[in-house]
Amino acid sequence: MIRLNNLHKSYGIGSTSLHVLKGIDLHIGNGELVSIMGASGSGKSTLLNIVGILDTYDEGEFILDGKVIKHMNETQAALLRNQYIGFVFQSFNLISFKNAVENVALPLYYKKVSRKKRNIMALEYLDMMGLKDWANHLPSELSGGQKQRLAIARALISKPKIILADEPTGALDSTTSKEVMEIFKEINKTGITVIIVTHENEVAMSTNRIIRLRDGLIEHDNLTPEMLKQHHNVLLTTQSN
Amino acid sequence: MFDLDRWQEIYHVLQKNKMRTFFTAFGVFWGIFMLVVMMGSGNGLRNGVTDGMKDFATNSVFIWSQSTTIPYKGLPRGRNFKFNNDDLDALRKEVPDIEHIAPRIGVNSGPGDNVIHGLKGGVFTLFGDVPDWCKIDPVNVIQGRLLNDKDVIDSRKVAVIGNRVQEVLFKNGENPIGQYIRIQGVWFQVIGVFKPKSQNINFGGDKQQTIFMPFTTVQRAYNFGNSLDFIAVTAKTGSSAASVGDKAIKLLKRRHTIAPNDEQAIGNFNLEEIFKQIGGLFMGIDFLVWLVGTGTLLAGVIGISNIMLVIVKERTKEIGIQRAIGASPIAIISQIVMESVVLTTIAGFVGLTLGVGLIQLINMAMTSNVESRQMFKNPSVDFNMAITALTILIISGALAGLIPARRAIKVRPIDALRYE
Repeated sequence: MIRLNNLHKSYGIGSTSLHVLKGIDLHIGNGELVSIMGASGSGKSTLLNIVGILDTYDEGEFILDGKVIKHMNETQAALLRNQYIGFVFQSFNLISFKNAVENVALPLYYKKVSRKKRNIMALEYLDMMGLKDWANHLPSELSGGQKQRLAIARALISKPKIILADEPTGALDSTTSKEVMEIFKEINKTGITVIIVTHENEVAMSTNRIIRLRDGLIEHDNLTPEMLKQHHNVLLTTQSN
Repeated sequence: MFDLDRWQEIYHVLQKNKMRTFFTAFGVFWGIFMLVVMMGSGNGLRNGVTDGMKDFATNSVFIWSQSTTIPYKGLPRGRNFKFNNDDLDALRKEVPDIEHIAPRIGVNSGPGDNVIHGLKGGVFTLFGDVPDWCKIDPVNVIQGRLLNDKDVIDSRKVAVIGNRVQEVLFKNGENPIGQYIRIQGVWFQVIGVFKPKSQNINFGGDKQQTIFMPFTTVQRAYNFGNSLDFIAVTAKTGSSAASVGDKAIKLLKRRHTIAPNDEQAIGNFNLEEIFKQIGGLFMGIDFLVWLVGTGTLLAGVIGISNIMLVIVKERTKEIGIQRAIGASPIAIISQIVMESVVLTTIAGFVGLTLGVGLIQLINMAMTSNVESRQMFKNPSVDFNMAITALTILIISGALAGLIPARRAIKVRPIDALRYE
């Protein structure tokens, strides 16, 4: 589904250049549930944005479902995003003046689906997320967990092949985080590839594959929960000493 | 097709900061309002001026004698001279381009009433005329008749009075025809009452307060001999008033031994020239109206573009979200352009409606005030002009939105999402 070969990305900051991704080689297959971990500045969000066709890369190759993603204009990128990818953000990124149904239905609006049809579908997805009774409420009237479920429903409505979640539990308490991760697991069971960027061990441990980035390179791929726990304990001991 | 989501977004954007939206829209409103009011006023002024002159023979030249300013053939400067009846014959003979010749004598009066009827009297403008005068400056006959050639040839003591003269000298409902009035001590029989057609060109006073007497009668009754005050000539079709006037003045200079280069000796007034100048003046007014109106409108549209830039900046993150979930650049552009067009069109439509409404109110006020209608009449806005202004406005609105829209899509989705 996703193949990255020797991927490089730099950002120009003034006269200097910051080399964020320094040759990423990665393959994520269909229906995987993957988490990407790493310290701040390790390049995990940049990687997610490139995979989400929100950002470009400088060198290497990015192949999505057999298509080489390179030199794409914004219209083509928007089309592919709409076709393949659903985004879930840490800060939910809901449209404040649209109610729950309208927020969920928004990706279909850009696919020119009729209002009636897209609202019916949006209600189905809200129901799936346990938010049917909140259909006519504005995002400001919902709790953090409800907002994230709403964002997930929005990501799912255009039937994407991949869900990209950037710190989806970052703004949630531990109980709600677990609920949200359960939802991601359920989604993954339907065959959708789920890639979650997180810095929370609990979140990472509930995925099937953990990738750790360090200084723009993959430090570990397929990190097991045990290895992660061990690494976490080492980190805690180092900090306490 | 009606797109509720789009309208919902437009409503949200415009109502989010009501005061800002109001002041932005006010710029466009004021621009179109001013354009409409100025266009209407310009038309009112044009209608008033041209209506008040429309019946006047516009191809006429008025010529009168003054004092010489250049010594010529032994005659000194500062010499006064008068035109006479022989000049009229000479003009008829030697200037074939002349269609009508109408001499006129103004009868000066001393202090107090110059016209009396019974116990009533008044001060009126008195002229000795020929029938052709009414071909140059037509009047409406209310009662009786105008002067005819026989009145002039026989030097009859008859008079045609203006409607205001009738009101002053005669009782309400009293028939003045056949009655005698004393003009500067001489009795004249009233043969007609008239009302002026064109009110914006007057010689010696308000035409409604004027009395016409036969030209020859005035010469005899008031000791003018065969002299006269001024001559009005009209050009035949195909000749210009200017050329006829030039020929007539040259002839009169020769006849009265005036230096050919003495521009001051004979005064003249070319109505054709005045009409051309008035036409030019209104073209200038039209140009100014459009310049000021479109300038104001442009300022309003630039204001909209500016505010749209601010709105787009404020909505950067929102636009980023929309793009992340599949909105194409064209969808974003059309949304922003639509917001700008809606704001411009609503403001413009209100300005247009209120502007036309104000013009209508002025028109109604003018209709009820007959006096003020003389120089300002039927202010109106041409429908095509209004549609043109509205079309320009909508296009301007689209252009005003295009710049911020392009700015919006220039921001990469990832940068837009990071924007706080």
